Parts: sequence; structure tokens; C-alpha cells
Amino acid sequence: MRLTREGRIVRVSGFVVVAEDIPSPMMGEVVLVGENGLIGEVNRISGNRVFIQVYEDTGGLRFGDRVVALGRLLSAELGPGLLGQVYDGLQRPLEEIAKQAESFVKAGIRTSRLDHEKKWRFIPVDSPPSRVFGGEIIGRVEETASVIHMILIPPNVKGELVYLAGEGDYTIVEEVAKVKDSQGRMLNVKMAHEWPVKTPRPFREKLDPNEPLITGVRIIDFLFPVVKGGTAAIPGPFGSGKTMTLQQISKQVDADVVIYVGCGERGNEMADLLEKYRSLSDFRSGRPLMERSIIIANTSNMPVAARESSIFLGVTFAEYFRDMGYNVVLIADSTSRWAEALRELSLRMEELPGEEGFPAYLASRLQGFYSRAGRVTALNGKTGSLTIMGAVSPPGGDFSEPVTQKTLQTVKVFWALDSELAYRRHFPAINWLQSYSLYVESIAFWWELNISERWRGLRENMLNILREEDELMQIVRLMGVGALSDRERAVLEVSRLIREAFLRQSALDFKDAYSDPRKTVAIAEMIDYYREHLLEAVSNKTPLEKALALNIGVEILRLKHLSSEELAGETIKLKERIVGEFSELQKPVESQHG
Amino acid sequence: MAKSVRYRSIVSVSGPLIVVDNVQGVKLNEIAEIDVDGETRIGQVIGVEGRAAVIQVLQGTAGVSIGRSHVRFTGDTLKIPVSEEVFGRILNGLGSAIDGGPDVTGEKFDVNGYPINPVTRLPPRDFIQTGISAIDGLTSLIRGQKLPIFSAYGLPHNMMVSQVIRQAKLLRRQEPFAVVFSTLGVSNEEASFFRMELERARALDRTVFVLNLQSDSTVERIIAPRVALTIAEYLAFEKEYHVLVVMSDMSSYCEALRESSLARGEIPGRRGYPGYMYTDLATIYERAGLVSGRNGSLTQMPILSMPDDDITHPIPDLTGYITEGQIVLSRSLHLSGIYPPVNVLASLSRLMKDGVGEGYTRRDHFEIYTMLLSAYAEGLRNKELSAVLGEETLTSEERKYVRFTEVFEKRFIKQGAYEERSIDETLNLGLEVLSVLK
Repeated sequence: MRLTREGRIVRVSGFVVVAEDIPSPMMGEVVLVGENGLIGEVNRISGNRVFIQVYEDTGGLRFGDRVVALGRLLSAELGPGLLGQVYDGLQRPLEEIAKQAESFVKAGIRTSRLDHEKKWRFIPVDSPPSRVFGGEIIGRVEETASVIHMILIPPNVKGELVYLAGEGDYTIVEEVAKVKDSQGRMLNVKMAHEWPVKTPRPFREKLDPNEPLITGVRIIDFLFPVVKGGTAAIPGPFGSGKTMTLQQISKQVDADVVIYVGCGERGNEMADLLEKYRSLSDFRSGRPLMERSIIIANTSNMPVAARESSIFLGVTFAEYFRDMGYNVVLIADSTSRWAEALRELSLRMEELPGEEGFPAYLASRLQGFYSRAGRVTALNGKTGSLTIMGAVSPPGGDFSEPVTQKTLQTVKVFWALDSELAYRRHFPAINWLQSYSLYVESIAFWWELNISERWRGLRENMLNILREEDELMQIVRLMGVGALSDRERAVLEVSRLIREAFLRQSALDFKDAYSDPRKTVAIAEMIDYYREHLLEAVSNKTPLEKALALNIGVEILRLKHLSSEELAGETIKLKERIVGEFSELQKPVESQHG
Repeated sequence: MAKSVRYRSIVSVSGPLIVVDNVQGVKLNEIAEIDVDGETRIGQVIGVEGRAAVIQVLQGTAGVSIGRSHVRFTGDTLKIPVSEEVFGRILNGLGSAIDGGPDVTGEKFDVNGYPINPVTRLPPRDFIQTGISAIDGLTSLIRGQKLPIFSAYGLPHNMMVSQVIRQAKLLRRQEPFAVVFSTLGVSNEEASFFRMELERARALDRTVFVLNLQSDSTVERIIAPRVALTIAEYLAFEKEYHVLVVMSDMSSYCEALRESSLARGEIPGRRGYPGYMYTDLATIYERAGLVSGRNGSLTQMPILSMPDDDITHPIPDLTGYITEGQIVLSRSLHLSGIYPPVNVLASLSRLMKDGVGEGYTRRDHFEIYTMLLSAYAEGLRNKELSAVLGEETLTSEERKYVRFTEVFEKRFIKQGAYEERSIDETLNLGLEVLSVLK
């Protein structure tokens, strides 16, 4: 039996506590602080003193109070029972806290992270291997109807499998396997294991991304796509619809497991998200969204230090499900609040501040976080992916601030939200001139193989029209529409259709909210078809007014409210109409020549 | 008991802070009483450094002397007594009665409150009528929401505040309703204006008035909104009132926060405001909401002044990131004689869809809102075009929209400071001004 390692508080300043005389403290070690045993983490060791960030309200701490070191790093408990949970940044189930402390979160509340009493049906693998290594699948639990929870050998365990439990009901603290390691020690394997949240889980190899992550949001999937295993950032000023867009993605994204981290954001938004997750179904499986989700809610008024841990906790959950061979999406809203927590912590630790007070290690921390994304071959040989999408909340909507800039250094996709678009109620308010995706080449093959050979060309045509619109609008602002030629006005008409019939997408209209890849391409193709004919007609001296009087635009605007099946028939008809009516238009001119 | 020990060991005084050495068992956030030549002042322990305690004195440190003053620690955090006795009362920023009446008695609550557990929150629902068309019709206030007014120096936000606290009501009268109004750093003149307005409207008996004046200490200004919210939480979640908390002016609060942070020697963030201002404001604004199992609600309408009319200034910017929309006042509307000068296009109530329409206001509310806003946006665009290209370039249809903007501003937005319009009247008026387009 080890003796308790403990020390005494000598200083309290906000959520940072300095303690003395802890025997051989460890960086990152979890400590319990004060009478109520508040959870803290060792953040700096300096001689006899350790600096501790405390994850709960420090009110009431005194000089001389006890600090007990637990000898382990801040860890997540991983096992059946995670899905459908709502946790705070320390993996305390908020439903449990609500039972203990009614409606408010107070310091010092203790709950177990996973249910240790619930029995799960464990089904062992058919032919158990004689030797096992970390990450190997030894069985499964049907955790929810949506997700089968693979039971993994903890990453740091390997050896001879001397016992594997038969099918039966077990709690997550009962042993289901015994492994004898190379030194002959017998290790008990349970369905749950601990993993330190700040250490990335190991995998066999990182793979190149090759498949898009379909979100059902047209501007994302078509123009600025993200891949399975990719990283994306969505910065925008307040009111530009960051949270709306991310919540919409989280509900309909093509993923097996979704982890939503509400980090330092609004409580009412979390309440709204929870209500929707509980009432809505995943339209692919028809099962409740909650069954494939874990929510981490550390709202802006909850302790700041736990904001820092909430992001790491979320990414650890995500890696765990990735290791089972799933496609996992992690949404972090907002990484700026996380960075602010780092700043506050750093200032209280009396570190030298860098740009705008943020610590000099801001960039490396952000990189460390986003680099945990990726498509990998897991230790057990399965392929899984972890995609990370982070919201950024730049002060004053100014993208030149450190968090936005350092994030852009790291991520591959940038969805720039624009308050001007939001102001005009154009949603999703993603600016098409500023946004970019560096994954276009990696997934072009997928689109061309599965959806349309013309994907790349259609995409380029659309972007070109939008760029030209921007130039033309500058002329219009100076000299009025009268200064434009018919061809230029035709371009404006096409760009209007791109904006209204394609880019603009209502999250509230259920027929429009999710646009599958076929539908997305069908609308884009239709607009492109119209563009071709309209520009050709105008260059053949057909007056623009006559072409516009055909009212093709109105038909195109209707398309997004159709399903992709309905669309197929509709676009054929519309194409025939375009061919017929445009050749009709150009006839009289020709007959005069004839 | 050690708690009654009086320490004469003050070793430093600087700004609002004093340091007392060789103390025992002092807790972070504990309240201390400082005797300054017979006068008792309240302080809060904001840091523990070895055997020394750093105390922030709420009423300021003028007169504190290293030899003469002594300090006693109470062992308790800052708590105020709350009960339904608070109705009709005027309290100072520390929660003590200043209207000459008896002290408020009741159960004591910590002014900092506790964060609402996200899983027990209910999404905001249902409508609060302010009697102001621009707000009720177009940026509706929803129970449990936090909806700030972004004003600027010289704009008539005090008049609007007074109108809101006089007129605010629920549509179903049988539900209990209360207003908690906290001034933050107002002048004596403004304070007596608010007081007279409330008396005249006979609205005092459902109102609690927390008065913080310019002349009060900056630290008291930091406590005042928390006192108001502690009272409001009690009324909403213990007594099941629907409570509207109006706080004016949050810019003064932020100034006080900056002053206190710099006095502590903290490294300043943007424009000198502390790096934790977002979190600090969140601990105020996030106290709005609905909690499952309790019938009450806590709604906030904070007012702030945008320095130099700049919406990207840290005060409105950080506020906007926390609140659920904003009501923006416009200087140009004000100059053209429109009261209340609400810029309805820049304003937004994010939760509006959850509290208007059938069952809350009227079935056609959202539709009227959409039509008014798009017509107004269209009209302003045409007006801009005609300014550049000349009015003759507009079609007659386009001119109709220009005409609409004028009628809309003068009849719908503009309203008397003592004119109370029911939501029905507001919506009918909306339909009426839309008929200009026919």
C-alpha cells in the first residue's frame, strides 16, 4: 500500500493554486485540492512548488489546505455507456449531477463517469487469438441500435490471452479477459479502460484522405468539401450563424459517431441542441440522434479551466471510436473560448505573454489538437477516421487575430462566415470568395466515380461566375447597372441563380436542409446548362430581356425543394425546354438572313 | 472562535486592494470587514499568498490606515438576504435597503450564484410584451432570453429603459410577473428620473430597484448586477415568477471591471479590458434561462453604450457573442426624429421563432415580420439607388417601396414614450403600413 502523497496550499489566485511539499509530483498529474477535493491538474513544477490548475470553483480554498496527488494523468474512462451521454469538461455526467444537486452545478460534486452497475451483453469474438496486442478487438456490445461498441484491448496491454469470457452480461468493471504479459504478470481486462486525454491514442498508420465527408450542405460538399479524417475551421463574427451551421452539420453528417463539444458557449444553445438531439432521428438509420452522439457541455459560465479539458476529452472519445473502425466527427464550438482559457491560465501561471496576451505555445497547442484528426489504420487493422471541425469566434469579426490565423495555419478547410450575408438572411452565411478547401484534388476521383464526371468542371464554372459577379458588382456600385453589357448582365443573372437556387439553403425546410450529392450536382448541372445557353444566346445578339422573359430562372429556383428522385425527371424536362425555347428565340434572326 | 480575531497587520494599500499579513484560515472569496476609524467597510478576499490575504475593498480604500484600521474575517462569502419583501424596495449595489425602510430579511443567497446545469435548462419559449412595436413586432423578447440594447452616448436609451420597465407584461395576466431593474453607474439625475417614472406608472410594487450610482465605488458596480440577478433567480426559480431583469448601463460595468483588473496589476487584453471579460460577462448573462421543474423564467435586457458607435468594440462584441441577438439603436434615425430609434435591420432576436405565432402572440406574426423586414430592406436599397442615379431611374413599383420606408419609420417604428401598444395593435399597424405597397 502506497502512502498518500500530499502537500499544502501556499497560494490561491483565481483557478490557479500553488502547493508545496508534494513528494515527487508529476507533470499533468491529477490532484484533489482542499476539503472538498476539487479536481486539479499539475501544470508546472518548480523546485518544491507545483502550480495546479483547478477545474472547479476555487472559492473557499485556504492557505495550508491539503492537496492530494493521485499518481495518474487526467484521463477519460472509455467503455460502453458513453453514447447518448451529456458530460461536462471533466467527464461528469450532467444528468447525474442534476439528480444530486438539482438544477445548478456546484463545486466538489463527485459522480462516476460511466455507469459501473449497468450490465451489458458481451459477445466475444468467434475465434479468439492466442496472443493479443493493444487495440485488438476481443468482443462487442450492442450499445445502441445505431452503434456496436467494440471491446478493445487497452493500447498499452499485450501478451498471451489466457482467458476470454463467454457471451453474457457483465458490468464494465468486471473482467472479460486475462492477459499474461512478457514478464509473466497477469493483467485483467475489463470492458472499460482509462486513457489520458492529452495523449493521442496510438494507431498503426495514417492514411491519405480519399473520401468526402458528406454534410448535405451544398456550399460545403460541392465548393469547399471536407474529407473523412480532415480538418475544417469555421470562423465568423457573432450572429453569422456559426452554431446554426455546425449544429445542422452535426445532425445530418455522414458519420457513425458524432461528438459535439460546446466549449464556453451559450447555455440556451446547448439546451436547444439537446432538445433537438433527443427528438430528432438520424434520417439514414431512422434511429434517435442521441444514440450515435456524445455531447460535452461546458458553457461559458462554467469553470474556465474545464473548458481546456473539454476539448481534449472530446477528442479522446473520438479517437476511441475511430479505433473501432468508425468514421467519427468531432465538432468543437468554440475553439476561441478554449484558446481564451489557455490565455487566462497562462497569465495566472505568470508566463510571458505572446501576441494579444495568448501564450507563445498557442499555435503548437492548436496544431496538437487538429493533428489528432486523420484517417488511420488502427492497431487492430480496421480503417477509421476522425474529422475535426472547429468554430472560431474572432473578436470584432476580425480574421487577422491570433486564434483565427494560427488555426488557418493548421486546418485544410476554411469556411469563412460573413455577417453581411447573415444580415441579408442568406444562410448558410459562408462567403464563397474567402472560403477554401485544400481537399478538392484528393476527392475529385470519388465524385467523378460515384456522382458525376463533370464535378470538377462544374465546380470551376460556378466559382468563375461568382468571381466575375464580384468584379461586375464593383462596376455597378460605381456606375449603375446601365454600364454593363448584355453578356455581363447575363452573368449576373446566372450568379443570382447560383446564390439563390444553390448556395442558399434553409436549415428549417426539411426538403432543403439535406441535399444529397446527386441532388447537389443535379442543381449545379442545371444552372450550368442554363448558363451555357443563356450566354450563347446573348453572344448571338438575342436581347437579354427576351431570354429572361422565358422565366427559366423561376423553374431553377424550385429545384432545391425537390427530392433527388423527383429532380431527375424535372431536370430532363427543363433541359428540353431550354433547348427548345432558346432555339426558338434565335430563329427569327436566322430567318432574316435566310 | 478564530473568526472574531481582529488583524491590525495591514501591510499594503493600493487602489481598491489591501494586503493583510499573518492571517489564519482565510478562504478565497471570503468576506472581510474593515474598520476604518469606526466605519465598517466590506471587502472580499481575492487572493491568498502564503500567510497574507489580498482583499478588495468594496467601498474603496480612502482613509484606510496601516496603523489604525483593522480587519475581521467573516468566514462567509458575499451573501444577501432575499424574500418577497424586496418588491417595491430600493436597494444599493450590495443589496442593502436605501429607501429609508427596514432591512430586507429572508434566506441568504451567494451573489455569485451557480451555473445552471445545461441538461436541466429548457429552451426559452413564449413572449414578453414591452408595448414597443419595434421590439414586440420585429425583435421579440422571449422568456428566458438575454436580449441587449446596443445604444450609444446621446441616444435616448434611458427613455426606452423606463418605457420597458413600466410597460413590460405577459399576455396571460394570471402568471406572476416581476421586474428587477439595476442601474450601473448612473448619475443622481438619472436615478431620480427612473424613480419618478416608476412611481408615476405605479409600477413599483412589482419592481425591485437596485441602484448603483456613478459616485459609488467601482467594486460595488461589479457586485450590483450580481445582486440584482440573485434576487431575480430567487423570484424566478424559488417563487416561480417570470422575471425581467433590466441592467443599464453595462458599459459602466465593463469600465469598472477594467479599472479593478488594472488595479490588481493584471495584464490587459484588448483596449485594456481584462482577458477574462468574456467569461465574466457570461457569468452575468448566462444567469438567464428556464429550468425544468420550475415554472418561472429569468429574462435579461442589458443596455450598453457602444463607445464611438463602434459595434466591434470589445463591450458590444463580447456581449453579442453571449446574448441571443441584439437591438441596435441608430443615430441617424434619432437625428431624423424617430423614437425609439431602432435599426430593425441590424437588430435580431435569435429566439423569436420560439415565442411568437399561434399560442404565443398571433398566427400571422412571423409572416408580418418577414414582410415588413424584406419590404423595408428593399425600400432602403431603392432609396440608395435613387440617391446615386436619380429618382427618375426608379420604376413606380420601386418608388412604392421608397414610400413604404418612410411610412414604416414614421408610423410603425415611431411611437410615443408613453404610448403602449398591445401586440395586436402592433401587428395590425404592420398590416396597415404594408398596404402602402398595394
